[in-house]
Amino acid sequence: MKDLSMHIMDIFQNSVSASASLITLDIVEDTHDNLLRLDFTDNGKGMTIEMAKKVTDPFFTTRKTRNVGLGLPLLKQNAERTGGFFKLESEEGKGTKVTAQFVRDHLDRPVFGDIPGAILLTVIANPDIVFTYSHKKDEKKYYFSTLEVKEALGDVPLNDPLVYHYLHEMIAENLNEIGVSLSS
Amino acid sequence: MEKIKSLADLKKMQGDLRAKMELREKSNHPDSLIQVKVAMATCGIASGAKEVMEVFVEEFSKRNIEAVVTQTGCMGYCYAEPTVEITKPGCDPVTFGYVDVKKASKLIDKYILNNELVDGIIPVNYASIDKK
Repeated sequence: MKDLSMHIMDIFQNSVSASASLITLDIVEDTHDNLLRLDFTDNGKGMTIEMAKKVTDPFFTTRKTRNVGLGLPLLKQNAERTGGFFKLESEEGKGTKVTAQFVRDHLDRPVFGDIPGAILLTVIANPDIVFTYSHKKDEKKYYFSTLEVKEALGDVPLNDPLVYHYLHEMIAENLNEIGVSLSS
Repeated sequence: MEKIKSLADLKKMQGDLRAKMELREKSNHPDSLIQVKVAMATCGIASGAKEVMEVFVEEFSKRNIEAVVTQTGCMGYCYAEPTVEITKPGCDPVTFGYVDVKKASKLIDKYILNNELVDGIIPVNYASIDKK
C-alpha cells in the first residue's frame, strides 16, 4: 500500500463485506503529541472473539478465492513500524472498530494520498451505505456525511459519475482549509 | 467555474447536474446501463485499482456517458489485478485483466464505445466460450 488512502479503501471494503449500513472514519492529527490516528467504525455483522484474534494473521481470510488476507496485517505493520499501534475490537452482530495509530512525523509513516477519492469511490460504489468522515487537525475539524450530501443533491443520485468531481473538490478544499496536506 | 466548498455550493450545482443528466439519452432502466465493476480487494488496491476506477468515473463524467461504476471483491485473479468487469446492455459480462490507467481509457474508447475487444480478457467461464 503506497499511502493511507489505499488502506482506507481497503478497510472500508471489509465493512462493506460485513453488510454494514453505517461506516465512519475519524482521523485525528495531533501535531503537539506528534500522533496520527485513524478510527474505522462500522455496524456490520462483527466477528467472534476467536476470529478477531486471527484477522491480523496474513494467512487467515474469510474468502474462498484465495488463501491470504493481507488488508489488516498490512495496516498493522505500517502502524507498528512507525512506533504506533493497531487495535481491533469487534462484537458479533454489533460491528467492528479498527484503530491504527501512527507516529505522525516518522519516516515510515505513509502519506495521506488521495483521501477524498478513497472515500468517494467507496461511496459511489455503495450509495445505500451511510458514510461519515471527520478529520481533526489540532483544533480544527472537518466533517463530511453522505446524509448531508444526499440532502443537498436532492434527486440527483449520489453515484452518478457527474457528481464525483464536485464532491472531490469539496472535500479537498475543506481539508486544505483546516491545514491538512494530502501529500504529506 | 466557481469552486465547490460547502453543501450550499453543492445545492447550487443541482440544476446544472440535472440539466447535464437530461442531455443523455433517456434510457432509465438499470439493466440497459453500462456497468463497470472494478475489483477492489487488497490485491486490486495495491496494484492500482483506485486510479483505474477514477479514470472510469472521470471519463464517463467528461463524456457524459450514463453508466454505473462500482466495486467488487477479489475474484481470485490476483495475478492479473487490477481487473475490471464490464457489462454492456444485452451482452455477457467480460472481465479484463492487467488494467492500468492507460488501458482503462482504451477500454472506454474501444470496448464500451466501439464494441472492439481489448487484450487481457480473463475467460470467466469456459463453457460459455465453447457455446459461442
